[in-house]
Amino acid sequence: MKTDSTKPRVLMVDDEVAILRFLRVALQNEEFSLYEAENGHSALAAAAAVRPDIVLLDLGLPDLDGVEVIRRVREWSQVPIIVLSVRDSEDDKVGALDAGADDYLIKPFSVGELQARMRVALRRSLQPGPEPVVRCEELEIDLPRRRVTLSGAEVQLTPTEYELLRLLAAHAGRVLTHGQIMKQVWGGSYGDQNVLRVTVRNLRQKIEPDPSRPRYLITELGIGYRLKCD
Amino acid sequence: MRSDEEARPSPETLLKVCQAEEAQEASGKLKIFLGYAAGVGKTYAMLEAAQQRLRDGRDVVVGYVESHGRSETDLLLQGLESVPKAQIEYLGVILPEMDIDAVLKRKPQIVLVDELAHTNAPGSRHEKRWQDVEELLSTGIDVYTTVNIQHFESLNDIVAQITGVIVRETVPDSLLDRAIEIRLVDIPPEDLLQRLREGKVYIPEKAARATEKFFKPGNLMALRELSLRRAAARVDDQMRAYMESRSIAGPWPVADRLLVCVSGSPFSERLIRTTRRLADEIKAPWHTVYVETPGGGKHVRENRARVWKDLRLAESLGAQISSLTGVSVAQALIDYAVKNNVTKIVVGKPTKSRWREFLRQPLVDQVIRLSGSIDVHVVSITAEGAAPKMARQKRPMPWSGYLKSIALVLAASIVCEPAHQHLAPTNLVMVYLLAVVLAAVRLGRRESMLTAFLSVLAFDFFFVPPRFTFAVSDTQYFITFAGLFMVGVVISTLVSQSRERADSIRERELQTASLYHLSRGLAVSSDLEAILAELVKNVEESLGANVMVLLPDGERLEERAASTGMALSIKELAVADWAFRNHSPAGRGTDTLISAELLYLPLQTSGDVLGVVGVKLRDELEYSSALSRRLLEAFATQVALAIERVQFGKQAEQAQILQARETLERALLNSISHDLRTPLVSITGALGALRDKLNPLLEEAREDLLDAAWEAAGRLNRFVGNLLDMTRLESGALKLKEVPCDVEDLVGCAIAAVEPQLGKRKVELRIDEGLPLVNMDMVLMTQVLVNLLDNALKYSPRENPVELAATLVRERLTLAVSDRGPGVPEGELPHIFDKFYRVPVPEGAGGTGLGLSICKGIVEAHGGTIAAENRSGGGLQVVVTLPVR
Repeated sequence: MKTDSTKPRVLMVDDEVAILRFLRVALQNEEFSLYEAENGHSALAAAAAVRPDIVLLDLGLPDLDGVEVIRRVREWSQVPIIVLSVRDSEDDKVGALDAGADDYLIKPFSVGELQARMRVALRRSLQPGPEPVVRCEELEIDLPRRRVTLSGAEVQLTPTEYELLRLLAAHAGRVLTHGQIMKQVWGGSYGDQNVLRVTVRNLRQKIEPDPSRPRYLITELGIGYRLKCD
Repeated sequence: MRSDEEARPSPETLLKVCQAEEAQEASGKLKIFLGYAAGVGKTYAMLEAAQQRLRDGRDVVVGYVESHGRSETDLLLQGLESVPKAQIEYLGVILPEMDIDAVLKRKPQIVLVDELAHTNAPGSRHEKRWQDVEELLSTGIDVYTTVNIQHFESLNDIVAQITGVIVRETVPDSLLDRAIEIRLVDIPPEDLLQRLREGKVYIPEKAARATEKFFKPGNLMALRELSLRRAAARVDDQMRAYMESRSIAGPWPVADRLLVCVSGSPFSERLIRTTRRLADEIKAPWHTVYVETPGGGKHVRENRARVWKDLRLAESLGAQISSLTGVSVAQALIDYAVKNNVTKIVVGKPTKSRWREFLRQPLVDQVIRLSGSIDVHVVSITAEGAAPKMARQKRPMPWSGYLKSIALVLAASIVCEPAHQHLAPTNLVMVYLLAVVLAAVRLGRRESMLTAFLSVLAFDFFFVPPRFTFAVSDTQYFITFAGLFMVGVVISTLVSQSRERADSIRERELQTASLYHLSRGLAVSSDLEAILAELVKNVEESLGANVMVLLPDGERLEERAASTGMALSIKELAVADWAFRNHSPAGRGTDTLISAELLYLPLQTSGDVLGVVGVKLRDELEYSSALSRRLLEAFATQVALAIERVQFGKQAEQAQILQARETLERALLNSISHDLRTPLVSITGALGALRDKLNPLLEEAREDLLDAAWEAAGRLNRFVGNLLDMTRLESGALKLKEVPCDVEDLVGCAIAAVEPQLGKRKVELRIDEGLPLVNMDMVLMTQVLVNLLDNALKYSPRENPVELAATLVRERLTLAVSDRGPGVPEGELPHIFDKFYRVPVPEGAGGTGLGLSICKGIVEAHGGTIAAENRSGGGLQVVVTLPVR
């Protein structure tokens, strides 16, 4: 995972000492430099001082709400932020993602899951720009040439379908909320999300081998969609 | 042993003692300063006692004391706090009265109230001051009061006999019995007369008149003796009560019971008082009855108010009252006496003249003849004192009726005129008889008698020779005259009696029918509103009255049902409130707050007063009518019972709900403790073994333990998630975010979520082409499908596939999840959506028992349905339907 000779710096923000301790143990072997903060204000200070490569953020902080922390960090930094929270409602997730979080993990989570998400986030942030060709198993999206192929055969997409797929491919592996997609593809003027659902359904008919069990275009319930590319 | 038994007080006696003591505890204590005449120093003695109490540190205030300008009294009033008197205006005069509300508000320990027998100014709350005192006592305030012996109800007539003065202001004897202390204020009559002469009692000119009329030495002596005897009797009572409660053997009188019958005659009152005295002397309970006979119908209606008043008087003197019906008064009396174990019947000495006795056997004789083993006391009653107002008040002359009689006779004469040439005069009598009968049937008794009389005259004048004179040539015509007149009288009496009988029967019938109607209505009324509506309807129908029902709502009475257009002023509400708090009728037609517009009756059951019904009757007469009152009271009792029934029902229902909830909570606790602890056991067990450094585990065992702990942690997490979902669903915190959703997407998400449990197993999908977008909260509906799929996978063999079908049936999206497992026993099917219900399966697949009930909650929140059925060929199918909009 290392793309640089220096270890990636990880800022862990949580007011629960037990969680910090658990994270410390879980991430010890992964050659990260670990930094800790126990509240929102010290997290913001640490983010400025340490310049972390990735932030693991709890939402329920004693002084500032986690979403506010994300918003303030986003004012000046594009550092990947993974939210770790016990709040499992879709509203909380959408709120955090819309504010600029890259990913959202519900506690309790497994160490493996966390490491995988961190790898995805790091890879994206350490990359200078998006890859020109995104490959997800049989599905290949050639961004410069605006060409989509499934098992080598070209798939004919409408401009909207292509725009949707391109957006998801540009953030491959990452959840994009309904709001984010609507804003990017339809310019956000549509309050009605039916058009998004219909487009997703049509897109699936074209790119999924079995549309009722999608492999690439994954629905994140109540949040949005994600292009799954491992 | 046996004598021991006998010596022990009976439970009833003990209960009585307890109740009496309890009542004493709760209510205030009454102390009466009893004198035999004005001027003996009652007020002085009361104030002296009050000053003493004040020195003892008690909170004493003056409620009402009249010093009559006596300086000694004024002196004693100093230092005592006085509650300002109420100034009540009556006919332009300001009358000072005790302000009972102010006293109640002040709430002293002891209040002084002079002149217990005083009649309050019209417009006061109570008619009499002793009623004020009763209310004060009932709120727990001690009362000191003064009264003269002649004011006691039962002594009223004796005093009238002795002094010739009728005392109108009376106090029930029960108050005397209730007093915990009676202080007899006594000075020799000579001293009293001396004081009177000195002007210490009345101002001089008034004193002269008083001496003449009342303050004669003979009167005073008699009154003094009376008061001494009454006070002594009271001590005797206390002694008896004490002995009885301690079971001290004594010469107890056998259980005598007295019975007196009233008729509304002016003598009834004396009869009642005499009976009360007799009953008191022998410590016997007594009954007062009124017998309604068919023939006396009209008589009854005229005397209704008097009879009712007599019965009320008897009741206030402690009698048990009832009203009977019968053909013969004597027979009804004897029947009642036998049924109620009456040992003595009190009747008045007949006052009718001999010849009337000859016509009709007097009641005394009839009773004596029928009495058997019952003693009959005959009491002499003479018409002295106030000239007895005749019971039968003359009706105003109904001139039109008499004119009709004359017309009838004239008509008969005109009819006879052409016929008399062909018929013998005696046959013409028949035509006159017809006129008499017509008058009897159509007009009434008096009119038909007049008709009979006029017929005789007309017959004589017109048809008996010599014609056109009253002279009679043939003396045998006198027999015709007598016959005509007698027949006329008999017919008119008979007809009017039978009509009155019919009237009274109709009235009774009406009453019975009204009651029957009400009780039938009440029987089918299942809730409060229906019961009250029934009451309003029935009172309106049977009495033509306007009604309002008030029920307590917290501290206040609230109008709950009323005739249309009824509204109560604040003042009326206060009267209703009084009736409610004091458990007794108030308002118009009662003794209390008589200036009110309505009559208020409490809705009373054995235990409690549940509300008040206010009635506005058609006319003034009805308020004093015993029939209306009885009917209303019967209505009130029936309705009170019905309300109580509904309340009991509600309580039982609540108890049942509570019990059901308790059962559920117990199930919840059991489930939680089981479902939380079991995974914790595996987790802590595994961790414990891993920490044990002394016995390092083999690699394989380590792996096993870790797997088990991992699995248990997952299960724990799922359970907590379910509990949270359930709580959200139940608390209503769950808000549906319904948006149009793609069914295929929904199914895809659900299958993706069960992927880990799925492994190599297959879910056979059948999704109709072209399903519309369906409004739903996709997150929650996915959870429904996940739970259903999870169950299907869990409860069916690994080799069998699970099926999921999505179709459109009659404008509803139908999702069916089916398996080929063992299914659910038919009897258990309705319960599988209950909370914490688990199908008893041998391997204990370890569900939380919440999954299906969460599904149900979610689906129903969407306006959908969920049902389960066993499939033909084995297995279970759960079908969810959602409306498509």
